[in-house]
Amino acid sequence: MTNGEIVESFVVPVHPHTVLAPEQNEGWGRLRKAYDDAAKIIQDSGADLLIIYSTTWPSIIGHQIISDPNPEWVMVDHDFHELGSIHYSFKIDVEFAEQWNAENKSRGLQSRCVNYHGFPIDVGSVVALTLLNPENKIPAIIVSSNVYADRSETTVLAKACRDLVKRTGRKAVAITAMSLSNRMFTEHIDPKDDRIHSLKDDEWNQKILEFLSEGRLEDVGQLSRTIQRQIRVQKVVNFKPMWWLSAMNDNRNNLTGNVLAYEGIHGAGCAVVNLNPTPSGFGDKEYDEDDVEIFAGERGVLDSNTQQESKIETDDGPALWEPTKAEGSVNTDAAPKPVGAYPHARRVGDLIYLSGVGPRQPGTNEIPGGPIHDNSGKPLNYDIKEQTHAVVNNIARILEEAGSSLDKVLDVTSFLVDMDRDFQGYNEVWAETLGKVGPTRTTLAIRALPTPIAVEMKVIASI
Amino acid sequence: MAQGEIVAGCLAPHPPHLVYAENPEQNEPVAEGGWEQLRWGYERLRDSLKGIEYDAIVILSPHWQTYVGTHFLGLENFQSLSVDPIFPNLFRYHYDMNVDVELAQQIHDKADKAGLTVKMMTNPDFRVDYGTITTGHMFRPQWDKPLVVISSNRSSAYYSVEVMQEMMIELGKATREAILESGKKVVVLASNSLSHRHFTTESDIPEDMSKEHITSHAMHLWDMRIIDYMKSGQCQRIIDEMPEFTEQAIAETDGGAFTWLLSTLEVPNYPAILHGYGTIIGTGNAIVEWPVYKHKEA
Ligand SMILES: [Fe+2]
Repeated sequence: MTNGEIVESFVVPVHPHTVLAPEQNEGWGRLRKAYDDAAKIIQDSGADLLIIYSTTWPSIIGHQIISDPNPEWVMVDHDFHELGSIHYSFKIDVEFAEQWNAENKSRGLQSRCVNYHGFPIDVGSVVALTLLNPENKIPAIIVSSNVYADRSETTVLAKACRDLVKRTGRKAVAITAMSLSNRMFTEHIDPKDDRIHSLKDDEWNQKILEFLSEGRLEDVGQLSRTIQRQIRVQKVVNFKPMWWLSAMNDNRNNLTGNVLAYEGIHGAGCAVVNLNPTPSGFGDKEYDEDDVEIFAGERGVLDSNTQQESKIETDDGPALWEPTKAEGSVNTDAAPKPVGAYPHARRVGDLIYLSGVGPRQPGTNEIPGGPIHDNSGKPLNYDIKEQTHAVVNNIARILEEAGSSLDKVLDVTSFLVDMDRDFQGYNEVWAETLGKVGPTRTTLAIRALPTPIAVEMKVIASI
Repeated sequence: MAQGEIVAGCLAPHPPHLVYAENPEQNEPVAEGGWEQLRWGYERLRDSLKGIEYDAIVILSPHWQTYVGTHFLGLENFQSLSVDPIFPNLFRYHYDMNVDVELAQQIHDKADKAGLTVKMMTNPDFRVDYGTITTGHMFRPQWDKPLVVISSNRSSAYYSVEVMQEMMIELGKATREAILESGKKVVVLASNSLSHRHFTTESDIPEDMSKEHITSHAMHLWDMRIIDYMKSGQCQRIIDEMPEFTEQAIAETDGGAFTWLLSTLEVPNYPAILHGYGTIIGTGNAIVEWPVYKHKEA
């Protein structure tokens, strides 16, 4: 259940020429061939999910994720309308879209699912899905690119997705629909005369592709701001897709890279690049910035009202503490703050002992499924299954931080505040999650827990 | 044939939120109607032009973004559904609009002669951008006048605001010449906001007016400065300060519509009428009319 993975990654171009006019220019034809080869690689990988981060779908309020099960329309490019129209009808994995959306929110990101008839799927996503998934065999996910997002926001977006892929056992392909250099000719050209806009753009593109062919994805991510300044027209803020793709691949630098094609489309640098997770021996490089799990804002203009409101709700609970740091302690921002002086976990030899884990969400302190009573103590209706799911997710995050994982859990002690009401729901979620791993278990009824939650688990796992 | 004329020019921004409020049945059930100040501004603009005769509307919208020159809608009719890709929760609009292809072609030809890169858009599947639709709806919800729709060339992104202005001043002159030669009476509309820094979060009720304000005081000062210039007939100063304004207020004037509008009006030195100003998710929006009909052309 925790064996999901990114089985392949791709960088693909966005312009409609590869779909509508591959015969008009040899380079466009080679890009099309590379697209077709990429489709074969995807098919052979056994992938069950395609995830597209598209730079041609900008968003302003956080990120948007398509959740229409079957978006259908006709796409015409704003510039290259004379090439014709692309009819599309895609298959979207709505369940994954909704789960990712929820995961984004729990990590402090603004996020929205988009399910409206006639929503205009952007040109990059239309081209990529049309060519990479020609018979719609594999369900897809499309996410926008936020115009204001910088690195940490983009990284947290990817981590939310990557962890969900792992947790749900998916075999996913991560795809960025993007140009390298994005300067196009500003006049009409004869297709035969197409090339990369300038030598400078070409040289930078070649350097990026050299890195990618060596599997050095995180290096390209770390150069993103420089690349943006050198060869990018300021259509959006920063060269973000490499941050997303790198975080989707655990910020690694030793992937196996392969440039399938590199050509100009109306001057822009367009490449089809395959990145496979097999280690290529170039060695990992440490992440160069705060390795964020939760987005806490990196801009000074946020309308912070919503965040303040959710804080007020928790102000009445016990004070939150910074986790303690004695030898062997493992602490993570991906788990909720302790309500006393203790660490999230402590490692001894090959074993890891977790402090009691509840369902509270890191960052926001929200309780999925709702609190069991309000601030005055008046009982509220809550969802034990959602709370139990959130507990298991928190456990998974702490274990991952410690270099372990959910499938290495050995022993669990569970505490329920209302055994009669909640045992069945708790037990169902257990069966779908930890029950499949098979740790020993003891379940106790207790009078109360320090925060208004209904379930907590105490875990011992191996490393 | 009588000489054509531009009867009025307007700054007519396109926040989809305005239409949202007017068409709740098309949109989210939570609509409570907000941004009245701007909707009333559009009402005043429509009232102001009530007795004025014209044959066509020419719009330049920053949301038909073209990198290869300037494009013109080139078919008689477009109808489809417009869904805002950024605020799909607020704007989904069935449109049915007629195009004055003859006038579009005339402007296209003039601009071509002036050395600009131009193209007619004749793909019937093309979806008209939501900026054009919103401005079109707010300006004249009857949709009974043919439009000329001009794309926004992204030269400010490719080069600089200065280059964008040179091109848009040329395009404005070409637009004006073509209109005068056409014998038609025309209203020209620039569909853009002023300062344009959005909030990056949204309140539960999008139109919660207790949360709406400009994103920063500096943006407010810029907007007021530009409005003062418009009201006092100092449009040359707007052109002169456009690079600073566009950069510092992240203004939507980067799309060229405003410069183009001022050029079609020969950079007016008479006062414009401010019909309304308000912010929408932090961006500054002014509805402004240059009543050319009151300052008859020579
Ligand atoms: Fe806009």
